[in-house]
Amino acid sequence: MNTCLERLYNGIVKENPTFVLMLGMCPTLAVTTSAINGLGMGLSTTAVLVLSNMLISMLRKIIPDSLRIPAFIVIVASFVTIVDFLLEGFIPSLYAALGLYIPLIVVNCIILGRAESYASKNPVLPSVFDGLGMGLGFTIGLTSIGMLRELIGSGKLFDHQLIPVADMASGQSGYVPVTIFILAPGAFLVLAGLVALQNRVKRMAARKGKKTAEPVSCGENCASCAGCSGSIFPVENKEKEEK
Amino acid sequence: MKDLLIIAIGSALVNNVVLSQFLGICPFLGVSKKVETAAGMGGAVVFVITIASFVTGVINEFILANKAILGGKLVYLQTIVFILVIACLVQFVEMFLKKSMPSLYQALGVYLPLITTNCAVLGVALTNVQKEYTILKGVINGLGTSVGFLIAIVILAGIREKTEYNDVPESFQGTPIVLITAALMSIAFFGFSGLL
Repeated sequence: MNTCLERLYNGIVKENPTFVLMLGMCPTLAVTTSAINGLGMGLSTTAVLVLSNMLISMLRKIIPDSLRIPAFIVIVASFVTIVDFLLEGFIPSLYAALGLYIPLIVVNCIILGRAESYASKNPVLPSVFDGLGMGLGFTIGLTSIGMLRELIGSGKLFDHQLIPVADMASGQSGYVPVTIFILAPGAFLVLAGLVALQNRVKRMAARKGKKTAEPVSCGENCASCAGCSGSIFPVENKEKEEK
Repeated sequence: MKDLLIIAIGSALVNNVVLSQFLGICPFLGVSKKVETAAGMGGAVVFVITIASFVTGVINEFILANKAILGGKLVYLQTIVFILVIACLVQFVEMFLKKSMPSLYQALGVYLPLITTNCAVLGVALTNVQKEYTILKGVINGLGTSVGFLIAIVILAGIREKTEYNDVPESFQGTPIVLITAALMSIAFFGFSGLL
């Protein structure tokens, strides 16, 4: 039971995929235009992550090593398809808002990364909790970025008007929304601020002599990021050549 | 002819793949330190996306959505089939180039494996299906999208070469300043939105 709690803590705090590891940047930038979209995307990813971790962990002794990445991709893609249809059927508004990014969960670095580095080596229960922890960490990251962008960009929070917006026509004073934050450039700006903050925290920690988790940033180090960069097949080729 | 041009310009400039749709952010930030490598990466992306949109278009039209095979009910397999086809295709293209066009392989080879599961490739394949493009329109859309990627990554690399030694606040050095550059480029690309 202790390992399970440890996995949850690890995913949500210590190796938070959004704030610490900087994984899965494409959906992070694309769907965080509002808190609800961020939450929906985060929970969809969590569902896929938990289910694929579970199945991969169950099959870890059956899947031959040289075929593992294609096998993982098929498993992940199947669960993504299921989630895709469930959302289309039951939450059509969210499905319309997230659109293309639901099927693109397949190529999210977090999922293949966890499958490769944790689920394929560990028993079922810890793997499920690992997926849950990582997924919830991702959800928290996306939701908070979404809240920030929605609040600055439209004065709303979870679709409720939190700050009264100024109305030029009737001369009512109030908050003038910085609309650019819910448009594309806002995503880059918020992420830039976030990474700068992370750099600062890391520097302060380094000054105190503490060690922080090494980020496997997609932006900086493509080769180490299995999902995005597809360091997938080349690894296999090398193994084949060795054999 | 006119709709093809509209699709190409729309996907290359107006809805730029990185700056407004956020697909392929990883190579965009990772391989944009120098103009030459950025151009190489962009070239490889153009090559792979164009071929991939043709192959996925053919597979969708003649197998998945074919009324003769299970009444066209196989479309639900699109995500799974496309990602596998793209992954295999990149491998195949790499092997083919290595054997038959060594000069092109030398120029693009390093970047090819990096694109295997680049979200832009799968993104274009799925967009083509969602918008119900014909194979020709799909290929044009793929070409436009990837040329948009090429334009964006080369511009970003050019800016990064110029600003490399600028005095940036300590916390903003590295990735953050690149992201701010991308944000400004994204604002600039809004200027194209009146084009269509």
